[in-house]
Amino acid sequence: MKIGVLVSEGPYTHEAADTAYKFVTAALAAGHEVPRVFFYHDGVNVATRLSVPPQDERNIQQNWSALAKEHGVDLVVCIAAAQRRGMLDANEAERQGKDAHNIAEGFRISGLGQLIEMGIQTDRLVTFGD
Amino acid sequence: MSDVKKFLYVNRKAPYGTIYALESLEVVLIGAAFEQDVALAFLDDGVFQLTKGQNTDGIGVKNFSPTFRALGDYDVQKLYVERESLEERGLSEDDLIEVVYEDEDDDWEEKPAIKVVSRAEMADVMADADVVLSF
Repeated sequence: MKIGVLVSEGPYTHEAADTAYKFVTAALAAGHEVPRVFFYHDGVNVATRLSVPPQDERNIQQNWSALAKEHGVDLVVCIAAAQRRGMLDANEAERQGKDAHNIAEGFRISGLGQLIEMGIQTDRLVTFGD
Repeated sequence: MSDVKKFLYVNRKAPYGTIYALESLEVVLIGAAFEQDVALAFLDDGVFQLTKGQNTDGIGVKNFSPTFRALGDYDVQKLYVERESLEERGLSEDDLIEVVYEDEDDDWEEKPAIKVVSRAEMADVMADADVVLSF
């Protein structure tokens, strides 16, 4: 089965990004396809490469980046939600005249159309959030 | 078009206090361009999103409720509001804004997009949807 995943809560504050990660890992292991995960609302904060959790805690961003690298899952961060919350890639930082960018490897910034497209192209869309 | 799906946007939260309602509406507006079958559901505190006379001057947040009235122009024709959620909050259909769309199958007559439905009917609306996005 082709499964799309929406993550709509931020890391560490809320379990959604962890549960979604475990769900995607399990779905892939069971032979399902997960072509894309879309990050929306505070979920966009998962994509920051500047997060430094204590060493004995899981690193949520690194977990996702590794998953993208290993399985080719397309990790899409909503651009409108990201810009509100100070999440910029190099291109956007330049375009907006900001002096830094913070999107981690494996994530890309794009529009909400990617969420709709995921809903159209997958058999199930599973949301993790409140 | 062979791959038209029924998208249902479920709005459960008050319009202000959290960003969910505003960012839900942003998805609806973008999604309208994809020529899918679109419906919105309003229940729990989400029914407050459609109330008349919203004034956000005191909280310094943009009042986005006028955007709902434009949904008809985006060919969004179905806004389901749960009757029980209205009643539990002391609201009735008269407290809601008007949202209309032009019915192309009926000489472009303006028709109301808001339909107040019972909790049981809302369950059917959800069961009938292919893609449910809950905010």
